[in-house]
Amino acid sequence: MSKIIVKNLAKIFGEHPEKALKLLKEDFSKDKILKKTGQTVGLFDINFSVNEGEIFVLMGLSGSGKSTMLRCINRLIEPTSGTITIDGEDITSAEPGIIRELRRKKVGMVFQRFALFPHRTVLDNVAYGLEVQGISKAQRREKAMQIVETVGLKGWENSMPDQLSGGMQQRVGLARALANNPDILLMDEAFSALDPLIRKSMQDELLSLQSALNKTIIFVTHDLDEAMKIGDRIALMNDGTIVQIGTAEEILTNPANDYVEKFVEDVDRTKVLTAEGVMKAPDPVVFLKDGPRVALRLMKEHGISSIFVITRERRLAGIVIAEDALQAAKEQKEELKALVIEDVPKVSLDTPLIDIIPTIAETQFPVAVVRDDHTLAGILVKGAVLGGMVRGGGNVD
Amino acid sequence: MLTKLPIGLWVEWIVDWAQIYLAWLFDIITKIIEVLVSSIETVFLAVPPLIIIILMFILVWFVANRKIAIGTAIGLYLIYNMRLWESSIETLALVLASTALALLLGIPLGILSARSDLTHKLIMPLLDFMQTMPAFVYLIPAVLFFGLGQVPGLFATVVFAMPPTIRLTGLGIRQVPVELVEASDAFGATEWQKLTRVQIPLALPTIMAGINQCIMLSLSMVVIAAMIGAGGLGTEVLAGISRLDIAKGFEGGLAIVIMAVILDRVTQSLSEKRKIKI
Repeated sequence: MSKIIVKNLAKIFGEHPEKALKLLKEDFSKDKILKKTGQTVGLFDINFSVNEGEIFVLMGLSGSGKSTMLRCINRLIEPTSGTITIDGEDITSAEPGIIRELRRKKVGMVFQRFALFPHRTVLDNVAYGLEVQGISKAQRREKAMQIVETVGLKGWENSMPDQLSGGMQQRVGLARALANNPDILLMDEAFSALDPLIRKSMQDELLSLQSALNKTIIFVTHDLDEAMKIGDRIALMNDGTIVQIGTAEEILTNPANDYVEKFVEDVDRTKVLTAEGVMKAPDPVVFLKDGPRVALRLMKEHGISSIFVITRERRLAGIVIAEDALQAAKEQKEELKALVIEDVPKVSLDTPLIDIIPTIAETQFPVAVVRDDHTLAGILVKGAVLGGMVRGGGNVD
Repeated sequence: MLTKLPIGLWVEWIVDWAQIYLAWLFDIITKIIEVLVSSIETVFLAVPPLIIIILMFILVWFVANRKIAIGTAIGLYLIYNMRLWESSIETLALVLASTALALLLGIPLGILSARSDLTHKLIMPLLDFMQTMPAFVYLIPAVLFFGLGQVPGLFATVVFAMPPTIRLTGLGIRQVPVELVEASDAFGATEWQKLTRVQIPLALPTIMAGINQCIMLSLSMVVIAAMIGAGGLGTEVLAGISRLDIAKGFEGGLAIVIMAVILDRVTQSLSEKRKIKI
């Protein structure tokens, strides 16, 4: 179900937005509009929806409009036209009182440079959202304390923010946003100000928190690796509008235009592409019930020296190599079972390339890709894996 | 050349008009100020000077440090020794009363000017005017409205000492980092909650600097106000000038310096304590 739906959203900065809107409809470029009307187009033609429980990443370089877009969702910035619907309610036309309620109960926000209140302790920072709701001191402190523990800051609740490291400060920021128990979390470059190691561990922690809390998260970042790591889906923004929406793999393997292609050029593909993306179809395979002769013939036809063996239910039984099959054929044996080498390298569909590389380097056989029920989904050969790293996948044959 | 514009005359008319039609208001203000100043004086004069010196020593040690406390005690004893105790208390009462009034008016105005650009644009030139107009000029309408004595002195002092309070309060609030204001908004705080829980606490060091300025300016103006009979140490200095009595003039001046230094150090250490890294 769509939690948030954004339709035809535009944001014009300036005194006369209506002039710019009119020109936008006539397909004028941003530069021309600025020259003609003096109005800056911040966002235009934005359409997307975010599913409940999804991590949706708004990704783009600085000035692409991603932070502006994020702030439209809790109306820290007023959109000029278009609608944003949260849980079926249009918030673009809502009264200030309703927006305040929305910010208090439904939408939490985490900021790039933490934006902690320097005159308040960790606990009072976390309790701020509860405080403005008028919740009693004892109650809000108890609740804040729970969240402080959840983010692993127990023992620091009475410290001041400037006594904490960057990573810890952002935990406080996260805790402050979670304290109101909102459905939606807006995270504005939340980890960009942290150094790389801390950033990585915060990303991991966010993912594990998310698996427990199941919030709807909109995450703004300029870091493509971060976007691909934590985003269920990514909206790539450029110059005030969205150029492509999709999963990390879709964007990598199927860039919508030259801009996206250039953008994803430097991504470490081995972390994003999975076995599924580079495997080839499981063909040929031989069934366990077939004899050595069938196996031998198939290998000969395809010019290969080994072949995977599957059961009737298409489960992986193992592999048979050409010499063994030849030997068995000479000895007139009908059973394939005795020849099957069961200990073969295998990986699951979502194993990233980076984890496949060591396996494939060590083995003399192709690597089997199996589903959760052990059925054979595909085969990885060295050439295809290397090709995937360079070209960005697609099923290589 | 054009004939001379009668600007001075216009102001005179306004003052005349106010004198006639606002007399009731000036009477009320006079009563309030008289009570305020005289009760401060009464309290301080009721306690023997040596006890006040000891109490001040302890108090200053508490809010500032030992060094300033010792200096305070020595300075106050010197004033007592110069037989200027009563004049100094009169001056102190005027300074405290006018500072209190200046803050009462100035801090809300400062907050207002920080929150609305229109108010800011209206208030700033007025503040420039108030601060650059020679202080003596305020004495004339003050006398016309309130006669001679402490009340017109206090009126002129408030006008003169208020601008830095307004300015620095406004500045302090405007300097609160945008992201903190945004964070406050993002959690659904009302304007009042944002002001009292985020903006004012974070602007406090700057506001305290404004209060310090206000006290210092009050002290300097209170001395000038002696010319219209405000009393206190200024009277000693004036007497020194008119009689060319170097000894009297210097002693009066020295007492003023001592008070200024004490008030400055104490308010400064108060604002130091409030400093927060942003």
